[in-house]
This record gives sequence, C-alpha cells and structure tokens, in this order.
Amino acid sequence: MPYIPHTPDDVRAMLDAIGADSIEDLFDEIPAHLKAAGKLDALPEGLSEMDVTRLMNERAAMDAGAVSFIGAGAYQHHIPAAVWEIATRGEFYTAYTPYQAEASQGTLQVIYEFQTLMTRLTAMDVSNASVYDGASGLAEAVLMSLRANRKSKSRKVLVPAALNPRYTSATQAIVENQDVALETVPFCQEKGQTLVDSLKPHEGEDFAALVISQPNYFGSLEEVDALTDWAHANGMLVIAVVNPTAMALITPPGEWGAEGADIVVGEGQPLGVPLSSGGPYFGFMCCKQKYVRQMPGRIIGRTVDMEGKQGFTLTLQAREQHIRRSKATSNICTNQGLAMTAATIYTSLLGPDGLTNVAAHSHANTQALADKLTAIDGVERAFVAPTFHEVVLTLPKPADQVLVALAEKDVLGGVSLANDYGMANAILVNATEVHSEQDLQLFEQALKEVLA
Amino acid sequence: MSETQLIFQLSHPGRSATSQAPKALSDDKLSAIPAHLRRKQKPALPEVSEMQVVRHYTNLSSKNFAIDKQFYPLGSCTMKYNPRGANRAAMLPGFLNRHPLAPESHSQGFLSCMFELQNFLKEVTGMKGVSLAPMAGAQGEFAGVAMIRAYHEARGDEARTEILIPEAAHGTNPATAVMCGYKVREVPVGKDGDVDLEALKEACGPQTAGLMMTNPSTCGVFERQIEAISKAVHEAGGLLYYDGANLNAILGKVRPGDMGFDVIHMNLHKTFATPHGGGGPGAGPVGVSERLLPYLPTPMAGQRDDGSYHWVDSDTLDTSIGHLSAFMGNAGVLLRAYFYARSLGREGMIRVGEFSTLAANYLLKRLEAVGCTAAYPDRRASHEFILTFAKEAKELGVTAMDIAKRLLDYNQHAPTTYFPLLVPECFLIEPTETESKEALDEFVDAMAAILEEARSEPDMVKEAPFTQPVRRLDDVKAARELDLTWTD
Ligand SMILES: Cc1ncc(COP(=O)(O)O)c(C=O)c1O
Repeated sequence: MPYIPHTPDDVRAMLDAIGADSIEDLFDEIPAHLKAAGKLDALPEGLSEMDVTRLMNERAAMDAGAVSFIGAGAYQHHIPAAVWEIATRGEFYTAYTPYQAEASQGTLQVIYEFQTLMTRLTAMDVSNASVYDGASGLAEAVLMSLRANRKSKSRKVLVPAALNPRYTSATQAIVENQDVALETVPFCQEKGQTLVDSLKPHEGEDFAALVISQPNYFGSLEEVDALTDWAHANGMLVIAVVNPTAMALITPPGEWGAEGADIVVGEGQPLGVPLSSGGPYFGFMCCKQKYVRQMPGRIIGRTVDMEGKQGFTLTLQAREQHIRRSKATSNICTNQGLAMTAATIYTSLLGPDGLTNVAAHSHANTQALADKLTAIDGVERAFVAPTFHEVVLTLPKPADQVLVALAEKDVLGGVSLANDYGMANAILVNATEVHSEQDLQLFEQALKEVLA
Repeated sequence: MSETQLIFQLSHPGRSATSQAPKALSDDKLSAIPAHLRRKQKPALPEVSEMQVVRHYTNLSSKNFAIDKQFYPLGSCTMKYNPRGANRAAMLPGFLNRHPLAPESHSQGFLSCMFELQNFLKEVTGMKGVSLAPMAGAQGEFAGVAMIRAYHEARGDEARTEILIPEAAHGTNPATAVMCGYKVREVPVGKDGDVDLEALKEACGPQTAGLMMTNPSTCGVFERQIEAISKAVHEAGGLLYYDGANLNAILGKVRPGDMGFDVIHMNLHKTFATPHGGGGPGAGPVGVSERLLPYLPTPMAGQRDDGSYHWVDSDTLDTSIGHLSAFMGNAGVLLRAYFYARSLGREGMIRVGEFSTLAANYLLKRLEAVGCTAAYPDRRASHEFILTFAKEAKELGVTAMDIAKRLLDYNQHAPTTYFPLLVPECFLIEPTETESKEALDEFVDAMAAILEEARSEPDMVKEAPFTQPVRRLDDVKAARELDLTWTD
C-alpha cells in the first residue's frame, strides 16, 4: 500500500484494541446511503514511483526547450544550487508553521533573517513572513491602507494604469467584496510613466492610498519622489510595488520623497525562486513601524527564553485569524514559507555586490536586446522613460501574430499588450543575467525572419 | 545546542560567494538610469562565503522538528509523509523553467497535468467543477465565499448579509467571511460535538448567505446531521460551504458533493501530501456544484475536441470571480499533488480515509487506556480526535501547554493545542495513515510517562522542554519590546 506501513497483523491488532471487527465499522456514524462506494471508478490505477516519474518526465519535456524573453512579473535568474538543496532538506521542507517555537527555532530564525533582509532591501522598518504572491500582497496592502490611514474615511485607492494588470485584476477581485474601489490613474502615452499631472484631478479628494509601481509594468522607472510627496500632501498613504532585484540599483521605497513609502509589497520570485508556471512564489510585505499592528500575516520577534538565551517566536498574533477570528487583519494562515526560505538563502549567497551585479546585468542585457531589436526596420521603443530590465517595443505587425510565429521558432518573445492596453502591435520584453549574447542574437534573428 | 549566530553576524566587508553572480559592470552600462533614481548606498545584505551560507542554514535546519524526523500529530494539519518522488517530479527542468505566461504551444505537458488533476479532484469530492487557483486553504475559502456572494448577487438577492459558522470552526472561516464582506453569526455546538440543529434552524433566514463547516468537524467527529443541516440552510436560500481541511478522514468514503455541499476547498498540503514547508506554500483548490460553475476563479485548464489543452480565463468565463494571484496558483504544489494522486490511484485514495481513521481510533483507545480523557468519549474518532486535560490543569496545575512542551523532550511533536476553543485544555491529535503502529505506540508511551510525571513532579513538567535549542520563550517580552529585525 503506497505510503501506508500497516501489515495485516498490525491492522488486526489495531482493530482489536479498538474493539471493532473491520475498518468499515469505524465509519458507522456516516449514513450508509451517503457512502461513496463505487463512485471513484473514473480514477486511474495507482502507479509506482518509477511509472509516475516517467509519465511526468514526458510531460515536462514537452514544455522545455524554448528561449524565453517573457517577464511581466516573473523573471529568470540564476539560482545557486545551494538554494533549493538546502530549502528542500526535510527539516525545512516537511515542518509545519512554527507554532511550537522551541521545536522550530530553525524556521523561526530564518524568518527573522528574512524580515531583516527585506527591510534592508526596501529601506523600511518592518516586514512580515510573506503572503501568497505579489498580486494578492497588493490586495492585502490596499486593505491595510484603509485600516492604517486614520485621516481618511475613504474606501478608495488610486492605482496606476501602468501597474501590472494582473495585480490590478487580482486586487480588484479580492477587495471589491468589501466595497473597496480602485480608481485608475492614466499613464503618459509618450513616456510610459505615471505623471503627477495625471494625479492633479484628484487633488483634495479623499483616497486612502496611492499605489506606485517601481518599475512599472512597462519596465519604466517612475518619478517616485514626486508621486510620493504628492500623495502625502493629499493625505494618502503610499503603497509601493517593487521588484526586489531592482532594489539593489534603484532608490528603495523607504527613501522615496520626503517621508518614504508607507507600505511596500512585491513579488519575491526573482530572489531564488524558479518560474515554475507561476508558483509557489511569495509576496513580501514591509511597512513603517507605526503601522505594524495593521499588517497581515505572520511576524517573528526575537526574545529570550527562561534562561535568558536568545530565541525567536511568532509575535503580535492578536492580528491573526487564529486569535482574532472575524476581527483579524486578514484570513491568511498558511503562507509561502519554503519560497521565503529559499529567498533568504539566495539573498545571503548573493550579498550586496552579487545582487547589484545581477540587477546591472539584467538592465544592461535588456538595453542591449532593445538596441538589437530596434535596429530592425519598423521596431521601436514605445516609450521614452528610462527602464530597468523590461521594455515595450512596437512592431510593424500585430503582436499576437508575431509572438505565435516566434514561438514556432522556440523563441518566446515576451507578452503582447494588445488585450490589456489595446496596443495591438506592442510587446513587453525582458532579459536578465541568464541571457547570453547568443540568446539575444537568436531573438534578433528570429524577429527579423518573422517580420520579413 | 549552542546559540546560532545570525547570518548578519558572519558578515565581513568584501567577502562574497563570487561564483554565484556575474562580474561587476562598469558604471557606463548603467548610464540609462538617471542618477536621482539610483540607490545611494548598497543594501546591507550579508557578505559571506558560499560555504558559510550552506553551513549556517544547514545548522538552522537541524533546529526544526519535521515529519522527516519526528511523529508530528498536529490535528487539522494532516502531517503525513510527503513523498520525495513528488518533489523530484515537480522540480523537473521542463516544469521549473516554464514561464507562467508561456504560450499554450509550449505548455501542453503542464496543462495536461493540471487538467487531469482537476478531474481527479472532481471525482474524489463529487463536485461538478474544480479550479486549482487558490494558493492555500484560506484563499480557497475566500474563493468559495466570494462565489456564494456572486451567486446571490447574480440573482438580485441582496438581503443576504450573514455567514453562519459553527463555534468550533477554524479561525480562517470567520476571517474569510469578513473579507468577503459578510457578517458572521456563530452557531453553537452540542455536547456530542455535533452542531446544535435547533439553534442552526433558528439562525437560518432570509439574511443567510451560507454556512461554512468542516466535516468531520474540528471536534474530530463526523457531523451526523449533515443532511438535516443541508436542508435547513438550503430551505432558507443559503448555500453550504465545505472546509476541506479534514478531507483526509473521508477520502474515498464519502464525498462532499453527495453530502449536499455547494462549494468546497481542499488543502492539498494536507490531504494530497504536499509538504508544508515550515509555513507554506499550500494549495487550496475549490470545487463547486452545478449552480456555482459560472463563478469559479480563473484560470483553469480546459481541453479541446482535438485533445489539446488550453487555458479557460476570465475573458471566456466573464462571470468568474476572477484571478486571485498574478498567475495560475501554486503550480509546483499542484504538480506534487498530481504525482501523489497518480501514485495512489483509485484504491490508494480509498485507503487514505480508511487507514487514517484506523490510526486515529487506535491511538484514541490506547491513550484512554493510559489515563487520557477524550472530549467525546461516546463518539467514533474520525481521522483525528480531542483529548482534554482540564482535570490535570485543575488538580495538578499541569496544562495542555505544559504537556505539549514536555512531549518535545520525548522527541514527539506536540499535537494542536487549544483548538477548537470550545474544549478546555485540549489536544487535537491527528496521526495520519502513514505512521506505523510502533510510532503510535511510542507516542502513547510518552503520554503515559508524562501523565505520571504530571502527578509526581508537576513543577518539572511546567518548565519543559529541556532538550530543545531553547527553553520556553518570553512571548510577553517579544510582543512588548518588539524586535523584528536585526541591528548590527
Ligand atoms: C479546519 C481548517 N480550515 C482552514 C485552514 C486554513 O488552511 P490554510 O492554512 O491552508 O490557509 C486550516 C489549516 O490550518 C484548517 O485546519
């Protein structure tokens, strides 16, 4: 029996101890007509590890082999071998949430280190232990801003159109149930940035927060200082959505404008987590100290044991569902612990210089790619704003068609902006440190052929 | 075990794991980034060697209890063996490197696994449709209650403002109802662990949007009046939500769909043996009956007539409650669950319910025999059961917490403590089907020894544990003098 250790003798002995004749007797409190007997017939026969592995090998191989330039919220980076070898050690991989602190000091210290790393990357005061992903993290940040902004009575938040549209739609799906409205701020068609001018119509209006994405979905760097100061001058909190790799090069949200951002969220995937079809990733969430009691999710504190020795424990639990139930800051319970563990190991391995170099190469490679592609007739940068490691290119043909044709050549040439922005000929492309000169040339060559 | 330094304390300026990052670039390569947007000071990340990192985190890992090391009978959490084969399969390069937005032409392998997993989950739960999108149990609950809301709204039934929840329910249930914009009304639970049916009937009305419940309940017993409950809620116009945290108990034996539930979530990180990772990730797929099909969260995997697979997204299912994350959910967890489902197959699924129930009932009987008090002595245990130490707390001053901590000294992970809240000084114990009889017997021996210690040296038990990396921690200090990040 797969994974079940009992021999017939064990079963007999166990039933005897219970005083039951058969296992079926143990289900005698379930009304007989509800029993599922015979109803699982459509399930296949069980397979050995060798056979399932063979099957899944075949499936995985079907999806392999292309060179990808897709970013749009999930990025390829080199992941040091040590990261997942350690993260998948049974001691991390098969532990539960660290409720029994004395028997979970490993996980607890990792989280405390993670919290420290994230606050240092973002220049914020405090961090939680992760939420599901960047997009749902933004939803949590929006709800948090309503609680934290005591000056505002509004249930509205300003969201830039240049924010990743997947973040907007997930946030919308989550917060609309509590009658929270997201109001869109348009972007400058020429620059691909969110301008303070486009916020002016909302001057003096009551919004709980302004969301600022750095970089934004188009890869453009926003003028974060001006946006932050505008929001604060208008009584709003600032929710920053940032790329963690970019933090090594770009001003962190804690230093935006005069006062810095109030809440910071983002997708942690670039820090050592594989693309893996969209998850498991992890959302990170940081804030100013004064808002820590409004933060959702688990938070670890350093304390001492009864002998005065340093130890780590879950703290501020009165925010959480298992204590506060309907009055909790969120319903989140299980988070993305293992991905957070991997990110902690990754960030420690890279250090300040390593992460800076990864960010710099990603930026430079994307610039080089854009230069190569825009040398092709009819291919142009869509916007003039400076970019980090993603750019929007306009093509002389419909983006959707071009991407299909590229895919036939095993080049995944980015994502189309046709559906989300009505920019029928625009694609969003990304390169990182993993792309070699050869990869860039491959894309260039393929695009030339497709456009010819 | 000695105190482990923090990674930051190992840091030395100028040291790094050089082989893990590309070489430094000259600053002219960064000239496109305006100076005023550049970070002024490098982030103060640790500067350590590769081996220091490996040793540090390996040493930290050794300070954890884990299923791979210990019996871990956390009630409601289903800490069963997590097959290593599932991990290896999910980490195959084709799966690991697939971008979530890769075109369907380059996603057929992955999509086929997801499509089949949806079908397996439909079959074992008796539901009509499944979405794999939710990232954990609580997000599955959110999706479920948001669908209930979408259903009522689509019918113009705006008066439904309340979700009913048995008082024994998990904290995520009421927290979820509030996140979905509902008020919570708690329903009392009777002395036998079943819902107080009369009270429930009274609570039902035109304001009832639905009832959230777990079955077997968080009291560790099968709710025998499930059909009457279903009738009462449905007659009031409400829908029935099934919290599938305890699906392990009935896998292959009874299906939530057949019990009358309209919407369910499953915890694949419990029932389908995916690891809990020290706090996550999980996966909380939702299943629905016919009438909630239009509202399922997207994206889902679909199959065309020619056998190829595609995404079903909000552009084609515009009644969907939408996306709950940036992409499609915790794909890597779903692949591990797929591996597990394929390796168990039909017969294996049925055995899960059977043998987890056998283990729980055996453990309960043996623990009663050594002097433990069952909270519901006249009931069959499901896959888990509750003990209460109210007597020990009153007579000896030894609480459930003390016994839990002492268990760690016996190299046994403590069961869930103080949940559900309605049973005083309780343990919720879930042994799972993957523990051998010897492992269960060892736990019984440990409990017998601790009960003896509680009588002979209660002060010692109250100070346990003694063998862990730390003694009991000062939680009050942790909350009062917040220290949430390291300062060099
Ligand atoms: C009964 C019950 N419901 C819901 C949940 C929430 O699941 P998750 O932690 O995956 O969000 C849990 C798990 O802790 C549970 O035990």
